[in-house]
Amino acid sequence: MATPTATVPSAGPLVGSRSFLAKLREGDEIARLITFLFAASVVLLTVLLVYELWIGSSLPRHKFGFNFFRTSVWDPIFDQFGALPFIYGTVVTAAVALILAVPLGIGAAIFLAELAPARLSDTLEFFIDLLAAVPSVIYGLLGVFVVVPLMRSYIQPALKSTLGFLPLFQGPAYGVGFLTAGMVLAIMVIPYIISVSREVLLSVPRDQREAALSLGATRWESTWKVVVPFARGGIFGSIFLALARALGETIAVAMVIGNQPIIKASLFSSGYSIAAVIANELTEATSNLHYQSLIELGLVLFLLTFILNGLARILIVATSQKGSAVGNA
Amino acid sequence: MQASVRPALSVNIPPTVTNTAPRDSTPALSMRMTISKVNFFYGSKQSLFDISMGIATNKVTALIGPSGCGKSTLLRTLNRMHETIRNARLEGEILLDGQNILKQDVTSHRRRVGMVFQRPNPFPKSIFDNVAYGLRINGSKAPLSEAVEKSLRRAALWDEVKDHLHKSAYELSGGQQQRLCIARALAVDPEVLLLDEPCSALDPISTAKIEELLVQLKDLCTLVIVTHNMQQAARVSDFTAFLLIGQLIEFSPTPQLFTTPGDPRTEAYITGRFG
Amino acid sequence: MSARLRWRKFVSGFMLTMTGVCAFVAVSALFLILGYLVYHGGISISWNFFTKLPVPVGETGGGMANAIVGSGKLLLLATLFGVPIGFLGAIYLAEFSGGTTAFIVRYAADLLNGVPSIVVGIFAYAVAVLPFKHFSTLAGGFALGLMMIPITLRSTEEFLRSVPKELREGAMALGASKWKTIATVIVPAAYRGILTAILLAFARVAGETAPLLFTAFGNEFWSQGWNQPTASLPAKIYAYALSPYDDWHRQAWAGGLVLLGLILVINIVARGILSRGISVSRT
Repeated sequence: MATPTATVPSAGPLVGSRSFLAKLREGDEIARLITFLFAASVVLLTVLLVYELWIGSSLPRHKFGFNFFRTSVWDPIFDQFGALPFIYGTVVTAAVALILAVPLGIGAAIFLAELAPARLSDTLEFFIDLLAAVPSVIYGLLGVFVVVPLMRSYIQPALKSTLGFLPLFQGPAYGVGFLTAGMVLAIMVIPYIISVSREVLLSVPRDQREAALSLGATRWESTWKVVVPFARGGIFGSIFLALARALGETIAVAMVIGNQPIIKASLFSSGYSIAAVIANELTEATSNLHYQSLIELGLVLFLLTFILNGLARILIVATSQKGSAVGNA
Repeated sequence: MQASVRPALSVNIPPTVTNTAPRDSTPALSMRMTISKVNFFYGSKQSLFDISMGIATNKVTALIGPSGCGKSTLLRTLNRMHETIRNARLEGEILLDGQNILKQDVTSHRRRVGMVFQRPNPFPKSIFDNVAYGLRINGSKAPLSEAVEKSLRRAALWDEVKDHLHKSAYELSGGQQQRLCIARALAVDPEVLLLDEPCSALDPISTAKIEELLVQLKDLCTLVIVTHNMQQAARVSDFTAFLLIGQLIEFSPTPQLFTTPGDPRTEAYITGRFG
Repeated sequence: MSARLRWRKFVSGFMLTMTGVCAFVAVSALFLILGYLVYHGGISISWNFFTKLPVPVGETGGGMANAIVGSGKLLLLATLFGVPIGFLGAIYLAEFSGGTTAFIVRYAADLLNGVPSIVVGIFAYAVAVLPFKHFSTLAGGFALGLMMIPITLRSTEEFLRSVPKELREGAMALGASKWKTIATVIVPAAYRGILTAILLAFARVAGETAPLLFTAFGNEFWSQGWNQPTASLPAKIYAYALSPYDDWHRQAWAGGLVLLGLILVINIVARGILSRGISVSRT
């Protein structure tokens, strides 16, 4: 009878439990190392980006301190840089955008998630995804040649004659300005609100709807009083996401906001936004302080979007987990 | 030592196991694999308790027991698939041809011990490429098409697929896919083939084909099959091990285990009183 | 039926109709955009647009050939820079890493994904333009590539993770080493998804203008080389749309039509690849 060991084919070397050398020979360790280096470079680039923004803006941070955000004189000739007009313009246009986009976006999301048959909903969602893919320069192009004339000739005169008693809708109608920029931004961020809100609405467990309907709620009541509150966190998340996008948008805004550092209550007035001033002045910055002030504006924009995106992610994840947790229970 | 006198199944069999020696066995029955004092943990939860048994060369050994008894876990330790799970820990010794498999290089060990899974898992490639996969990754110099044909014939699939070897494996039926997976495992000439409930996702006709195949494959390699179907174990296996909540209750030649079980728990299980 | 119930039913029907109107308005925005571009771009586009250089103000004719080629070069560079990092980084995340490292990489990628494109432009300007003292195609490719990384990385990781465990085990049970399992089974099984991710990332940066203003800058002529400034389609559209000349406006419309058409086609193709892939792997 053959001893068992005699039948052993020379399959593997008698190495210790998967020695480093064996792994190296089979490529596992090399693959791990190479992919690690690529993954690490993502972290490195991100850290470098933050570092550059921080270091690059040290001059104005030390010179102006918090006054940078409180003063409104932006004068490269006398090296005076106050960011208030840009912050004001950014906030006002984003606010206009959200006021217009939020009701429309949530309404459309409700339709897609609650009413439309799955096939129609998927088709419409496909178009919404395409809308999200339209680049900002195209929005700017349409803004300049379609929205601005429309605003100047029809919408702004109409607003003036009806709501002209409000300071918001006074002054000459140039077409460009806060209102126009806000409207263009609204169209740009609507797809984000719709897509994300639709997802979180769809993640609301079916039994929540059925419970409401079985108690005699109408379809709208079950949607508005049960489903939407259940998904509230995620819907807010989608709004934060849209806000982050609106604050950071550059080209489309730069094309229709008028590019004048003005702080005025009227939405018809020209203005300026943080992103637009960076786009227009960075390569032409004459002094180091001017250049670094623009980088500080970039840093502000980065921090704002960082906070908003973080909040949005937490809200969206928490809401969909709530959905699956209740759904599994 | 006990083992040298009765080399059959009595190696390190724990005392709880009765009827360890097959009555009809000849002394020449050799052991391809020997499991001794294996304890297995998922994190802090122990799922195998002090298992010891032998896997006889060129025989079919069946592992049966109610779900959650640890039969699949035991099977997976035989080619160290348990190492893909985090927090899994194995104590004890498993020998393949006298060598402790835990001290071998894991990928070369797995080439010697093939595995077929519960659900057919062909790769998203052609039929040919599926069978050739193991040969290619092992850098085999043998002519591929001959080896592929040989494996497909062994898996009794050749006649059904020979005219469309380059079609996607996903176009095959479930039973054909499972035989393809068997052919894929056979292509690298494993010494042991592990089958984890290979028929649980299949219809009765496909199941019958696979069972026939297993009996034929005995001449080529040693087989270990996990099944929840006692009739299947009775039909295809030479030896059967009965496990219950992580313990090996009884391990005997199949006819004996099913006709004169030595443990009341085995009897209860095979007569359908639980599990 | 009580008056109150009738009122509730009316409110329900009315509000639900309004949600439909909202959806209709949102989707019609896409078709309005498309319609305007096809109309204005269609009457402005000509063969010269693709083959001729821009002409000085006052002369008619000319095209954006240099901008089209410039965009092609920028996107090639972006893909060469962004896709390997995103793809290989995703393999590390999905297959090799555990716990803390993966968390840090994912966090960095998500952070990078949220960075406004103008800030990416500042960064690229600071590290890829200022040290070399001139604008360049390479710097533009770097900026766009940086934006491709997080999109490619996160979606590729998702698709790798969605490869069934059984396939992984099947390969490992045949004695395939880890990287061979990845290279021969997991990546091929997920390739449709990965391709979709890369195409979507590509389409996303193809229309970016802001990061190019400080990097590739712009050029009225053929670019003199990879380390020289280059024209690009989006930047050209931006500049021409803001110009006071009708002829340039027409060029901007034509450019917009080409750019939007390219981006929408890539999007549709990418989603088509994905949906076909899902139906195959589920049979």
